Amino acid sequence: MSIVATGPAAGLPRWAVLGLLPALNLLAAFAISGLIVLLIGENPWEAVRMLVWGAFGFQEAIGYTLFYATNFIFTGLAVAVAFHCGLFNIGGEGQAYIGGLGMALVCLYLDFLPFALIVPAAVVGAALFGAAWAFVPAWLQAYRGSHIVITTIMFNFIAAAVMAYLLVNVMSRPGSMEPESRDFALHARLPLMHEALGAMGIDIAASPLNLSFLWALLCCAVVWVFMWHTRAGYRLRTAGASPPAALYGGISPPRQIIVAMVVSGALAGCMSLNELMGVQHRLVLEFTAGYGFAGIAVALMGRGHPVGIVLASLLFGALYQGGAELSFEIPGITRDMVVVIQGLVILFAGALEFMFVPAVRAVLLRSSGG
Amino acid sequence: MSSSEKRRNTTPTAGAPAVELLRINKWFGAVHANRDVSLSVAPGTIHGIVGENGAGKSTLMSILYGFHRADRGEIRIAGRPVAIRGSEDAIAAGIGMVHQHFMLVDTFTVVENVILGAEGGRLLAPGTHRARGELAELASEYALEVPPDALVGDLPVGLQQRVEILKALYRGAEILVLDEPTGTLAPQEADHLFRILRRLKGQGKTIVLITHKLREIMAVTDRISVMRQGRMVAHRDTATTTVAEIAELMVGRRVLSQVEKEAVKPGRDLLSVENLRVRDDRGLSSVRNVSFSVRAGEIVGIAGVAGNGQSELMEALAGLRPVVGGRILVAGKPVGAGGRLRRRLGLAHVPEDRRRMGLVMPFQARESAILGHHDDPRYRRAALFDWAAVSRDTAGKMDAFDVRPADPRRITAAFSGGNQQKLVLAREIERDPLVLLVGQPTRGVDIGAIEFIHRRLVAMRDAGRAVLLISAELDEIMGLSDRILVMFGGTIAGEFPAGRATERELGLLMAGAAGRERSAP
Repeated sequence: MSIVATGPAAGLPRWAVLGLLPALNLLAAFAISGLIVLLIGENPWEAVRMLVWGAFGFQEAIGYTLFYATNFIFTGLAVAVAFHCGLFNIGGEGQAYIGGLGMALVCLYLDFLPFALIVPAAVVGAALFGAAWAFVPAWLQAYRGSHIVITTIMFNFIAAAVMAYLLVNVMSRPGSMEPESRDFALHARLPLMHEALGAMGIDIAASPLNLSFLWALLCCAVVWVFMWHTRAGYRLRTAGASPPAALYGGISPPRQIIVAMVVSGALAGCMSLNELMGVQHRLVLEFTAGYGFAGIAVALMGRGHPVGIVLASLLFGALYQGGAELSFEIPGITRDMVVVIQGLVILFAGALEFMFVPAVRAVLLRSSGG
Repeated sequence: MSSSEKRRNTTPTAGAPAVELLRINKWFGAVHANRDVSLSVAPGTIHGIVGENGAGKSTLMSILYGFHRADRGEIRIAGRPVAIRGSEDAIAAGIGMVHQHFMLVDTFTVVENVILGAEGGRLLAPGTHRARGELAELASEYALEVPPDALVGDLPVGLQQRVEILKALYRGAEILVLDEPTGTLAPQEADHLFRILRRLKGQGKTIVLITHKLREIMAVTDRISVMRQGRMVAHRDTATTTVAEIAELMVGRRVLSQVEKEAVKPGRDLLSVENLRVRDDRGLSSVRNVSFSVRAGEIVGIAGVAGNGQSELMEALAGLRPVVGGRILVAGKPVGAGGRLRRRLGLAHVPEDRRRMGLVMPFQARESAILGHHDDPRYRRAALFDWAAVSRDTAGKMDAFDVRPADPRRITAAFSGGNQQKLVLAREIERDPLVLLVGQPTRGVDIGAIEFIHRRLVAMRDAGRAVLLISAELDEIMGLSDRILVMFGGTIAGEFPAGRATERELGLLMAGAAGRERSAP
């Protein structure tokens, strides 16, 4: 919304910034991927067909795509909220990891609670721990001037070390050498979507898609309302756009840094609901698997807006799922090749976001300026 | 390449203009910034280019200096067509530019700044040595004395500007372009600059001066070109024209330079400042024991050269800077620490830097129009903003202050400077505060809007409110104020009732030449 008209793309029409640029970036990523596929002697058109079919071609595929997208929605929203306050939260990975700890503590040690209480308690646990992990770098940035990018990166490493220690020494399954916790009780798991819909008489194919997908969509709506319709969101965006203006308007920029990062960390923490409470049903090492970092690309591609983030998450979900099918169906294209394609999309949509701005500007201006 | 080698490039063809611009056209998107602009500057003259903000003068000079390329048109230097693709080409053609915002490295010495980009070899020492010699020569030739080993950041603005001029001359500039050179100078410093310019002219240099200050341009130029809305509308010989004519050409209609005001009938003190002490960002004391008051129905102007504590004073009054000592009272009530209580007591503030502080550039106008008042229950329904109500409110303010286009959803940055300023003023004045603090209300604002803004400030005063005005424009201070305070070195160096201050007196006090010609308050 408000970030459309600033930055390197300033002055371009809305449709170009929101539609054309992401499309061009995507196209460029696919073009280069196509060349690489060609180079290893496979047919790029066939690869694209297989990728799309693998992501959307059948019910189970769609379920998987949405399951992956759920992770991206949480981490993408997390990055976006911080970004609206002018903060680059690189720590989504660590916040999601520690959020998983909070969630797991509830599911493992409060499992005397009934299902109706344990689910909200797990959500609170995940959000609270994720928020707490973001709070420390936020406080250091707000009141001590330590750069948030540096501290959140360091906190990712600390989170990894803490979790490895806990899973090996404290929380590991009794009588096992595996660095993982015991399984959650049956009632401390999120129902899978096909089970939930099946109970209502709607039959869909089995997939890991679970109820946390709905919670992710709800979070999108909540973030949208919060950001553009509440005073808290107004304060946060003002502090992000111009700290002196915030000060002038009686808004404390340091406090907004705290608010933004706590909300951001809570959203990242919720990723564990999908991955652990929904599918793995236990706390495992490195379940975050880079989703926290991919969230940066998702947020950038989605232009910080919940609707854009959902769309970008669908794209990344489709790449994950379609890519898996692709490597399965075409043996010449290995799993690593798929990672390369995903990397190219992240590269073009994230890091090289504005690469086509001069070209787009030149074309648009020539056609309008005469 | 030494500067004398460069000078060879520009041996003038006899009788040709030093600079000739022929039918220059430049578009920025749909904006036609320069339309068929032609200009001819005779060698050895001072040529003024005037125009309102957005008239296209800066664009034209950017084209001459190679920052932008003209879409159509030709540039000739000393009669010869040249292609200027970048500032290197401009420098090679003998053009030197002194920017409004200096392009200097604060942590380098004067000599280091001067040789920057023209070091003349891998090792610095020989270049530095040569530069030192040339600098001494240039300094004595043009009265451009600057301590060569001082850090630029430690120099006052006037001297920094001399470094910029020296930089250009060191590179062999025959044509010197100065963009708004007196914006941050005290009157005496500006006078000194003009002496330097006349001397440069006497040595055969050609000078192009861009400004919107008409009296200065009348004082120093030989010829004046006027731009309006991207076109060159007139050329005049300075000797045969008047300020009024140039102003009319700039705006396209007659302008009232003097604000009509009725006699002052001041009431009780609405703003009282007692022994106020404030520190600046570096922790140095910048407002020292300042006391004054502003009464109902009075505009008090604070004159001073930038950096003498006015900005810090204003920020302290607005609650944006902690007070080290002293008291601030609004309508007799002491204000708290932050800005919130002040707003409730009836203190409004139009900050001097509207782009950084007064507005939020990427926000929609309606979002900027509630900054500081975003907690007002009228703007929300239950916990959420009622954007329809905010839009109506903003549209009303835009209407009352003639903000164009009157679109509450337009991005703030997309408005012109004058309209942005009117939006800030609308937000602060429409709430009818008791005390209005205004900093640089017409900086970067075109003449039409200046008139409007001045009338609104006078209207506030006539309605029995107190206005405290800080401005770098002495004309503005003298035209609007009922009382003038001069700030120098963090203290009030003098106080004058309206009409009794002459520009010379004010200038002397502003420059710290304390003749202490203090008249009774």
